[in-house]
Amino acid sequence: MAKNVTTASFQADVLSNAKPVLVDFWAEWCGPCRQVSPILDQISAEHGDKIEIVKVNVDEEPSLAQQYGITSIPALQVFEGGQLVKAMVGAKPKFALEQDLAQWLR
Amino acid sequence: MRNVIIIGSGPAGYTAAIYNARAGLEPLLIASSVEAGGELMKTTEVENFPGFPNGLMGPELMANMQAQAERFGTEILLDDVVEVDLKGEVKIVKTGNGKTFEAKAVILATGAAYRELGLPREKELSGHGVSWCATCDGFFFREKQIAVVGGGDSAMEEAMFLSRFGTKVTLIHRRDSFKASKTMQERVINNPKIEIVYNTAVDELLGDVNLTGLKLKNTVDGSVSEIPIDGLFIAVGSDPRVWLVENQLELTSEKFIQVEGRTSKTSLPGVFAAGDVIDPSYRQAITAAGSGCVAALDAEHYLTSH
Repeated sequence: MAKNVTTASFQADVLSNAKPVLVDFWAEWCGPCRQVSPILDQISAEHGDKIEIVKVNVDEEPSLAQQYGITSIPALQVFEGGQLVKAMVGAKPKFALEQDLAQWLR
Repeated sequence: MRNVIIIGSGPAGYTAAIYNARAGLEPLLIASSVEAGGELMKTTEVENFPGFPNGLMGPELMANMQAQAERFGTEILLDDVVEVDLKGEVKIVKTGNGKTFEAKAVILATGAAYRELGLPREKELSGHGVSWCATCDGFFFREKQIAVVGGGDSAMEEAMFLSRFGTKVTLIHRRDSFKASKTMQERVINNPKIEIVYNTAVDELLGDVNLTGLKLKNTVDGSVSEIPIDGLFIAVGSDPRVWLVENQLELTSEKFIQVEGRTSKTSLPGVFAAGDVIDPSYRQAITAAGSGCVAALDAEHYLTSH
């Protein structure tokens, strides 16, 4: 299971992380979020050494969602060296996500 | 080799699975990895599905259908069909996760995909103020200016749902009346937070990074105006999802899969189609379910006579 990140831990868990981090902005009531979640768990299990996958619950952390301009979920954002380097919106099949994330999964 | 593979997991797909499973055919239903349950997964209350006098939530209805299909031995795979070869006696189905299946019969219940407005920057602003899913994204537009474009039941439902969040919801429709059901229309008309703008089309999406407004064009006199909008929800209908099969099956002039009369028989033997992918007119959960039943019975008949 991906780690839950809060406003308090975002700096340490995401921005200062030595590894690239994929942040999954999600909510309980969002159907597509629940469908993409097990796919992210699979990618994490297979590639956890190369990219860390964490979750932000937008219900509990509205300020983080606002700060990163989230208006659609699931929103998947990749951070590298404290910088946002890729932003994606919407649930996608595993093979499509692996293509989008290819440079971090090698 | 499987008896039957069902592609799609909306009411048509699950109903076909329930019937084929009860007939002992052990169907494989390929549900998609991220859109399992289909269109109803994005709706809220379903009030017109018979047998549920108090209504129920769309996702709950789909979970029930899935459970019913599984109860009789349907195998459900959360994967995406990326390629099919339907011409021969043996039908071949390939998935995104790299699996290949063979079957004697295939039921296509791939539904329909949301239609876009076809405006420049629509894709770019998707996720930045432009959305196709009110239940997913309405939350982010609390106390904001929201617009919905469309005139059918789904546009009415989105507008009603979004009126909980926005300071105001502007419902934009290109004609002078809605084609939505009377019940839904009345709810929208009586909702003080919804303003209806008839005879108007969205002409341009305004804003750099995020949507900030819409340029509207009157469809009668051609006059142009601008309104500030933070969130635009598009509900202008859907197109049948036929890309998998468009080079193998006959399609209608409107690009639905062509079926023979009131049956589910396509132009290839052993290939059946059901639900929104064959239906230009009704597109209800219950008509899709009925259509799925027809396909299951047609497939069953095909299997016993072959």
